[in-house]
Amino acid sequence: MSYQNNLPDKNGHFGVYGGIFVAETLMQPLEELRQAYEHYMQDADFIAELDKDLQHFVGRPSALYYASRWSSHLGGAQIYLKREDLNHTGAHKINNTVGQAILAKRMGKKRIIAETGAGQHGVATATVAARFGMDCVIYMGSEDIKRQAINVYRMRLLGAEVRAVESGSKTLKDALNEAMRDWVTNIDNTFYIIGTVAGPHPYPAMVRDFQAIIGREAREQLQAQANCLPDVLIACVGGGSNAMGLFYPFLEDESVAMYGVEAAGDGIETGHHAAPLCAGKTGVLHGNRTYLMSNEDGQIIETHSISAGLDYPGVGPEHAWLKDTGRVSYVSITDQEALTAFHELTRMEGIMPALESSHALAYCQKLAPTLDKDKIIVVNLSGRGDKDIHTVATLEGIEI
Amino acid sequence: MNRLNNCFEKLRADKRKALIPFITAGDPSPKFTEPMMHALVDAGADIIELGIPFSDPMADGPVIQRASERALAAGTSLEIVLNIVKSFRATNQTTPIVLMGYLNPIEIMGYAQFAQQAQTVGVDGVLIVDLPPEEMGDFQPLLQAHDIAPIFLVAPTTTSERIKKIAAKSAGYLYYVSIKGVTGSANLDISAVADKVAEIRQYTNLPIGVGFGIKNAQIATQIAKISDAVIVGSAIVQRIETENPDKLLETIPAFLRELRQAMDKI
Repeated sequence: MSYQNNLPDKNGHFGVYGGIFVAETLMQPLEELRQAYEHYMQDADFIAELDKDLQHFVGRPSALYYASRWSSHLGGAQIYLKREDLNHTGAHKINNTVGQAILAKRMGKKRIIAETGAGQHGVATATVAARFGMDCVIYMGSEDIKRQAINVYRMRLLGAEVRAVESGSKTLKDALNEAMRDWVTNIDNTFYIIGTVAGPHPYPAMVRDFQAIIGREAREQLQAQANCLPDVLIACVGGGSNAMGLFYPFLEDESVAMYGVEAAGDGIETGHHAAPLCAGKTGVLHGNRTYLMSNEDGQIIETHSISAGLDYPGVGPEHAWLKDTGRVSYVSITDQEALTAFHELTRMEGIMPALESSHALAYCQKLAPTLDKDKIIVVNLSGRGDKDIHTVATLEGIEI
Repeated sequence: MNRLNNCFEKLRADKRKALIPFITAGDPSPKFTEPMMHALVDAGADIIELGIPFSDPMADGPVIQRASERALAAGTSLEIVLNIVKSFRATNQTTPIVLMGYLNPIEIMGYAQFAQQAQTVGVDGVLIVDLPPEEMGDFQPLLQAHDIAPIFLVAPTTTSERIKKIAAKSAGYLYYVSIKGVTGSANLDISAVADKVAEIRQYTNLPIGVGFGIKNAQIATQIAKISDAVIVGSAIVQRIETENPDKLLETIPAFLRELRQAMDKI
């Protein structure tokens, strides 16, 4: 199908999704942010500074790795892995935090805030705040703080203040609420670095644009290695930033099929999952209209996934739009399937993937054998799995 | 004609300023709310803002967040909030009721069904914190068709251009948020509020209410001098949380009466 790649519109809408659903105090600051972002994305000096940091601080370009053993083991399509796990801080998150921090600097903001669930975005934010000498406050649900002690310590080592959020379910969505409350209170000196392609306009477009380097590189690298376009792209979807980053530069290429993989947790049928696109309904949360997990009264319900990075009741509005238009297929993978893929890639290729990325790998494991050997799949290996070894060990009854 | 317009007309004639208490419906339990509403009216409330509890109240400080949590834990839903208004109206047909909340519960119920039911039970205005005028879409004409006033916030950050846009879509009154922050935040700056209220008046004849950070009779009096309505939320909700649960129908109205008396002296 043909797809016109020109969204969002000037009000931040992707079809009926996206937009700006915030309290009045934030309307003008969001407008200032939109203007700054649109200005600097055209500014050669800004782009040069961003490119330099992506190269020398983040370590880009990240490799596109041909997983030959795993491909022949599965016996179908040839699998390439986009190695975002090799970035500084171990995941794709830093592509965006570097971009937003440079933007904050240009806007004269000296204080950075962010929300985090597993702590990956918090670490990536604390890292750039240290790099640019900015004050940094990270909001994190008190439940997540207990589960992610190492990342909490890592953020503190980097000089960030980690504030525990005790409201609601004490997880990522509540940390996001609290970061919004901080922003509204300290609007004059503070820049809020949202970590995914959600939130009010311009965040979904801005985060996508900072992450789109993943897809642009993958395109060039595959051209150089195999002299073709990929047939299939696969990426996991929590909020959806790594998936948007990979998909976006290919949206107009009709021959490229795309799969976004949500967390099915204990299984969609159990209700214990984090798959709003596969099993939710549309609504409004955190500044945008999108697919959500809410009950019949419109209250947001708790989600479950083995992977903290996918454990979020909403999803970026552009994914909602891509689902409705049919351009991207959204599927889901259970905790158990993701764990199996985690082990398989670790043993087969010597690469330990994050549990988030393991969802994308698990879907690849299902799909690859059904495709011919001349087909090419690119999977976004969005982060490394070192952070998850305690989770994996505990599930297997091993004490480290 | 809408009860809100009648109310402000009468206040103007009497040279009084409106006192608008906010409570979260269903806090601490749904059966508590209707008697409290009547008690607030007896203590001098001109209008009541009734909060629809939501799981993720992004614009609220900890006091109203906890009220939302208590109300939801007690089983309060949007349906129940509308029923509370319905039973209140059985014995009070004059005091305007404004529902205040977040969009998702209303969106899940459906705009048309909500507007129709709200009118039927006797709701007069709706303030949806996370729904700016730009995103109103079909909801604006639906509210108008059902004689429900869309009430919007104006903030310290709102430009004069936006004030005009917001005023054009508003009815009932405009709600000026006195501070950059969440509900129940720290101290407001009276002279800055006075300046902004004067600025808003250049663009609208609608009454202007001021809320966020009004904690006591002294601040209420100062705000009454420079605006048309004093909105008090967290200071009441905090008392609902901390005072003797068996005496709330006495202590809460006593606090409101204190504000009323101070305001009526100006």
